Amino acid sequence: MAEAEESPGDPGTASSRPLFAGLSDISISQDIPVEGEITIPMKSRIREFDSSTLNESVRNTIMRDLKAVGKKFMHVLYPRKSNTLLRDWDLWGPLILCVTLALMLQRDSVDSEKDGGPQFAEVFVIVWFGAVTITLNSKLLGGNISFFQSLCVLGYCILPLTVAMLICRLVLLADPGPVNFMVRLFVVIVMFAWSIVASTAFLADSQPPNRRALAVYPVFLFYFVISWMILTFTPQ
Amino acid sequence: MASADDLAFHEFEEATNLLAETPDAATTSRSDQLTPQGHVAVAVGSGGSYGAEDEVEEESDKAALLQEKQQQQPGFWTFSYYQSFFDVDTSQVLNRIKGSLLPRPGHNFVRHHLRNRPDLYGPFWICATLAFVLAVTGNLTLVLAQRRDPSIHYSPQFHKVTVAGISIYCYAWLVPLALWGFLRWRKGVRERMGPYTFLETVCVYGYSLFVFIPMVVLWLIPVPWLQWLFGALALGLSATGLVFTLWPVVREDTRLVAMVLLSAVVLLHALLAVGCKLYFFQSLPPENVAPPPQITSLPSNIPLPPTLPQSMAPS
Repeated sequence: MAEAEESPGDPGTASSRPLFAGLSDISISQDIPVEGEITIPMKSRIREFDSSTLNESVRNTIMRDLKAVGKKFMHVLYPRKSNTLLRDWDLWGPLILCVTLALMLQRDSVDSEKDGGPQFAEVFVIVWFGAVTITLNSKLLGGNISFFQSLCVLGYCILPLTVAMLICRLVLLADPGPVNFMVRLFVVIVMFAWSIVASTAFLADSQPPNRRALAVYPVFLFYFVISWMILTFTPQ
Repeated sequence: MASADDLAFHEFEEATNLLAETPDAATTSRSDQLTPQGHVAVAVGSGGSYGAEDEVEEESDKAALLQEKQQQQPGFWTFSYYQSFFDVDTSQVLNRIKGSLLPRPGHNFVRHHLRNRPDLYGPFWICATLAFVLAVTGNLTLVLAQRRDPSIHYSPQFHKVTVAGISIYCYAWLVPLALWGFLRWRKGVRERMGPYTFLETVCVYGYSLFVFIPMVVLWLIPVPWLQWLFGALALGLSATGLVFTLWPVVREDTRLVAMVLLSAVVLLHALLAVGCKLYFFQSLPPENVAPPPQITSLPSNIPLPPTLPQSMAPS
């Protein structure tokens, strides 16, 4: 900071500057590639300086985060090319979705068979390590999306598949049989397509055009595996 | 005129020697055409197997690659080091997959398709796809078998995903490591052609596993002799690709070592294919494949959820 003060700058105006005015000259130069959105929107900066978030009630804090999560859910369900998921990324939504999915997919603990469905930890590991692997792959291929933005998008786009899981569980309460299976198959396929479309709408633009397919294929594989786990779920 | 020609050929020989010494740079692909004394005039004049213009192009390629590699050497702790292994386009990956599916005797996969730019994208995602496809189709076989014969107990068998993943990744990364180590150990016996780098070996193995993916999907058809036929076809294609790629390297070794190495490679590949078939597609009790058993088994399925045939198993 001392250097900024003493930096040559404009000799003509140096004498009339107030103290620490050089600080405003510090900015991120344009040729350093920065990923993600780093400018702080004006509204929240004012909020921070007010420090009113310390004094607000817990209900307000929780509702604010829940509303943000809910807004992103809406963006996933009606995918449009918008920046909301990328700009204000958060990992609450993916965590809620992953825990819900894993809780519903796990087999009963003690007296279930050895080769049944996945355990809670297995689903968790598949979702998070799968998302991390896809993100690393996308970055290694030269995409300009940041790590957490990509995790956020992939996690939020599990929402259609979680809805499919809920529907499948409801359908499984009815009589089993081929009709039952067909309904579940149809629901899972539709939701799988929805997930892919939603995530591609957000992720595809961040890749150079000659590598887009290379970056999208692992996403396809990821959601395919999750759909398979949902489809083969059988209640004990 | 004659002196200019001599200069040109001399430069080519120097480049060849330089490249043969540095293990990481592009190695010559024409070693079988050249003698160490560099009587290149004969080889160029007779055209070789690639043609004169390809030779000029490859020489400039090699020179450019040499320059590149000397300029940028990012350390292995930087991200850009690993980014250099993913520097492929969609068309290049598809081209490499096609090259592994259709091995041709003259075209060495490493020289012709990789062109000394191995990538990690292909091996990694082909292995991942193969592992998941194995687990999924293995489970699907159980579903189809249970629809034919309700006494078979269906379960999602999720542990097979873990088994498939570990076995495929171990095969695709440890076997190339062993092969690369062995080839480097025998490097002293070979004069002309350097061994492949580790990444190139991994690439060869990774892309050769691609043909197993459609083979595994076709194994859904529950006709045993057809399954073995598909298995043999896929294994033949894949092993042929491997052998054609390795042949120029082991050819200069003693016959015994060359034969043992190539047969070991083919044997390991066959073991993988047979192991997958036996573990993931366990032979179920034989039943007639004709449609009538399916129709008659449906009514008995309906009142029972699919996981409760334990009560029916004794019957």
